[in-house]
Amino acid sequence: MDTNGLKQIGDTEWQVPKSGAMRVPGVIFADAALINDMDNKVLEQLRNVAGLPGIVEAAYAMPDAHWGYGFPIGGVAAFDPDEGGVISAGGVGFDISCGVRTLLTGLKRADIEPVKKSLADSLFRNIPAGVGSTGKISLDETEMDAMLEGGAHWALAQGYGGTEDLERIEERGKVAGARPDAVSTYAKKRQHDEMGTLGSGNHYLEVQEVTRIHDAVAAASFGLRLGDVVVSIHCGSRGLGHQIGTEFLREMAVAAPDFGLVLPDLELACAPLRSELGQRYLGAMRAATNCAYANRQIVTHLTRRVLEHFFPGGRFDLLFDVSHNTCKEEWHAVGGKRRLLFVHRKGATRAFGVGHSDLPAAFAAVGQPVIIGGSMGTSSAILAGNPQPERAFASACHGAGRAMSRHAAARRWRGRQVVDQLAERGIVIKSPSSRGVAEEAPGAYKDTDAVVDAAHRAGLARKVARLEPIVCIKG
Amino acid sequence: MVSAHYEHFPHGADIGVRGIADSKAEAFAQAALALTALVTDPAGVASRTKVLLECSAPSDLLLLNDWLNRLIYEMAVRRMLFGRYEVAIDDGRLRAEAWGEPVDRDRHAPAVEPKGATLTELKVGQRDDGGWVAQCIVDV
Repeated sequence: MDTNGLKQIGDTEWQVPKSGAMRVPGVIFADAALINDMDNKVLEQLRNVAGLPGIVEAAYAMPDAHWGYGFPIGGVAAFDPDEGGVISAGGVGFDISCGVRTLLTGLKRADIEPVKKSLADSLFRNIPAGVGSTGKISLDETEMDAMLEGGAHWALAQGYGGTEDLERIEERGKVAGARPDAVSTYAKKRQHDEMGTLGSGNHYLEVQEVTRIHDAVAAASFGLRLGDVVVSIHCGSRGLGHQIGTEFLREMAVAAPDFGLVLPDLELACAPLRSELGQRYLGAMRAATNCAYANRQIVTHLTRRVLEHFFPGGRFDLLFDVSHNTCKEEWHAVGGKRRLLFVHRKGATRAFGVGHSDLPAAFAAVGQPVIIGGSMGTSSAILAGNPQPERAFASACHGAGRAMSRHAAARRWRGRQVVDQLAERGIVIKSPSSRGVAEEAPGAYKDTDAVVDAAHRAGLARKVARLEPIVCIKG
Repeated sequence: MVSAHYEHFPHGADIGVRGIADSKAEAFAQAALALTALVTDPAGVASRTKVLLECSAPSDLLLLNDWLNRLIYEMAVRRMLFGRYEVAIDDGRLRAEAWGEPVDRDRHAPAVEPKGATLTELKVGQRDDGGWVAQCIVDV
């Protein structure tokens, strides 16, 4: 990125001064190396977001930011409905409430090694993943609507997990205000056979080892010890979310002139929060969020069944579940006043700090667990929300972020070569597609450590633990 | 005379599909082949089943977006891949035949699942040589 015209503040913050149609400044959190590698499109998109009606404080880009759709991926922006604020389907993304959850296992690497290959085979067989896969549950219309309203609570009622899981999910597993009636028949049909599926692309299920502890107090609160094995699951609202994103993006793009909105990029399509369209999208998006919670809950159940087969009597408690493609209604202090805002996080994670009233009691003293996904072969990380004052509406990065396009990655690597190289490092990869593996090669992503370091130094969240992959199931 | 073909182009997180041909309808068909090629080689998809599709939109741009998203939807709910397309466009209305077969995970080895055709880099138009181009980024 060309940093001419940006004002550097410290070593991890760059201010984008207001210019042109910008209503607020932009802020990019990154060190010199990360910002140097960012696409100029991130800056262009951040400036565009800063020009949307009702935006509050600033448009933010996280250290893993890259070129997205309207909003940069790694973008955070909050809107005030009292000031004409908008909600943007592009600012949430196609995979609504895509997120990551991490399960504790109480196991060590030595427990996994003797069964690693058969465990990988069993997880690959039992967790539906990839194109053409279907879940074992088909929902009729009534059940679908109950799922869209109930989220993880619905999944529990079907026997997938225990009530203790709910405390460990944002909004305790069920976001209020979901409107199944705002979800189209097409979206529901697309989800008919997709409950309990992982998806494809960058989605994964990974068995990981805790290889470093940065913050012993927070790690202990999270139940993490050096050498522990955990399981992380990265997936979202599947076809239902994709279809909602597709339909509302088009509807908002067509309706924009009626709202007096001049969009510099069609993908910034949005609608006033206080409009019928804005409210209808909000209701549909919340239904998709509940779908994502239910989906990850079912995948968790399938994972636990496999783990229980290999490790009878084990406990596989949920550490936490975060979403990173969202718009959430939250109270934030802005200029000394508390305001109810709609915070878009597109490829960014909520990171509520110490003492936040929405945190489960277990995390009140240390802050919310923030789960940062890697790519197969690269590290992942657990961070914790910081004490006040919050930064970027209590947000942090969500992953390493791509350093190279899929196109370039598929040209550079062969899937077999990637699998063999990772096998030499003791990492088992299971995927139905060689090209899919090449497109997701570790070298196609930024260095997770560098992104996490920048988030830590910028005060977005603080490092707690580093995780390294042992087994990775890709769709 | 432009030789009909498709290609992919890079995007930071995802990938672009582009159809090029000497008519708008054939460029749309080629863009659809590019969509299939994100998942698997279209040449490896047998033309066993014909699916009839229709969509309409107030502009060429939205028509391309609707067309590709309709295919993504049909691929998802039918668990099918399409390897051949015949497209006609008349006054903002698209009618198409899509030929394909159910996904065979061993034979097709699907690489990614398209989530949605986006409005990013969305272009439909004629080049100086008369060839039609139809393109956009697909979220995968």
